[in-house]
Amino acid sequence: MTPYNKPVPVEDPDSAPFWAGCREQKLLVQHCLECRTPRYPARPYCHQCQSTHYEWRASSGRGSVYSWIVVHHPVPKEIYAGDVPYVVALIDLEEGVRMASNIIGCDPDAISGGMPVEVQFEQVTTAVTLPQFRPSTAA
Amino acid sequence: MWNLRDKYAIAGIGQTEYSRASGRTVLDLASEACLKAAQDAGVALADIDGIISFNFNDSVPAIAVASSLGIPHAMHAVDYAAGGNGANLIVLAATAAIEAGLAKNVLVYRAMNGRSGFRLGGGRDMNARGVTQYTAPFGWITYPQAMAMWCRRHMIKYGTTQDQLAEVAITFRENAGLNEAAMLRAPITRDDYFNSRMIVDPFRVLDICLESDGACAVLVTDSARARDLRQKPVYITGGAYGGGLHQGDDLFDALRWPDHTRNYAASIADDLWKSAGLRPSDVDVAEIYDCFTYSIIMQLEGFGFCAEGEGGPFVKDGHIKRTSSLPTNTHGGLLSEAYIHGFNHVLEAVRQLRHTAGARQVPDAEVALTTAGAMTCGSAMLLRN
Repeated sequence: MTPYNKPVPVEDPDSAPFWAGCREQKLLVQHCLECRTPRYPARPYCHQCQSTHYEWRASSGRGSVYSWIVVHHPVPKEIYAGDVPYVVALIDLEEGVRMASNIIGCDPDAISGGMPVEVQFEQVTTAVTLPQFRPSTAA
Repeated sequence: MWNLRDKYAIAGIGQTEYSRASGRTVLDLASEACLKAAQDAGVALADIDGIISFNFNDSVPAIAVASSLGIPHAMHAVDYAAGGNGANLIVLAATAAIEAGLAKNVLVYRAMNGRSGFRLGGGRDMNARGVTQYTAPFGWITYPQAMAMWCRRHMIKYGTTQDQLAEVAITFRENAGLNEAAMLRAPITRDDYFNSRMIVDPFRVLDICLESDGACAVLVTDSARARDLRQKPVYITGGAYGGGLHQGDDLFDALRWPDHTRNYAASIADDLWKSAGLRPSDVDVAEIYDCFTYSIIMQLEGFGFCAEGEGGPFVKDGHIKRTSSLPTNTHGGLLSEAYIHGFNHVLEAVRQLRHTAGARQVPDAEVALTTAGAMTCGSAMLLRN
């Protein structure tokens, strides 16, 4: 097996719980304990009330497509040449935050704005699990 | 709000050749453009006391240019940490520096070996730190990939089409055909556009700006002094810089930006028009930041040249053509003249207002808009003759 050569997240004190959650197949969203505002990416301060008190709550993993792109030209070429075309999307989670991810298990031509999606975890190294999304299987 | 209406002026301009491989150092390019701007104005280097640039990606520091040219009193030599948002910001910074008494004659420049040297987005670290850890691991890495995401949202919300994007590319190439300094001058057709390679859907090659080696500079000074110099002054009559809530952690990051169909232009438009006491209908020629075809559409809407969501039909109806109501990117823009990070737009606005733009001159141009930026933050100026 060739070593994983794509960009990997470097955890920091703010983000470590999020990536730890992914390793346990949980999509954790940070919520302010004072004003309840959810936030993503992980941040020390609530942008609404500046509180530093927060908790991590598991997301339903369900969301909808805010926007998406289909990458045809691989950059860097040697790393993504085998993956194109691939889809990167902005996903609006039910909890009210937006995250960047991939949409997998779906013909890129079948994607539309607002399409319902759900999280699927992909372990890429022993240390890194990425949250990706597939079309929702719920009726 | 910037409140120095007409108090300062651009008195000189200078530029190098634009190319894919200059074979020269960035210091050499920056020095040439700055020296030419001072000479164009007729200001002795001994009278230059400020040098300002911005340095995202490839650059050389302002103090290096001062040392290179032997400028003896470069007291206010400053590099702003800015990118596509920076071209007008640093000209406005020069007016602020002069107003504050920090300098009297300021060279403002942008220099880069943006193709042969350090390509934008090059030298990438596979360890995704900071906010990049939330984007790069998903293969979301380059600026075309970033802007394509904004564009798609506009397509979802307003039905904007690739056919409308094509019109932007074709129009600016037509203008470049009249500009001997432009890197790409051969006309393109709608077929050429649709046959060009898909890079990141919805963007093809022809939606994406050039990569260039080159440098541009202007000399900013007090308007009264400018009237005694060699060239007809071009007055800085309005200016604004900024963005809205959640500009992000860097120039790529827009994860928390609330609406990807509206960029910085909508955030700074009121300040810009108020600072000059002008409105969109007063603009005779517009040099709008076109890192991508689509960035034109968001800025036309944001600055109020058309309603929200109407940018696509506005360009398709031909309003941005050189001979139409809003002649735009008369030099060919970043898409066809060169990518000097938007600073070449400032020089073209000055040429248009001096009425020295040759075959592409907009007749009787009196007011020009220049803009810089495409995403969450940016800068703009209104210039007049």
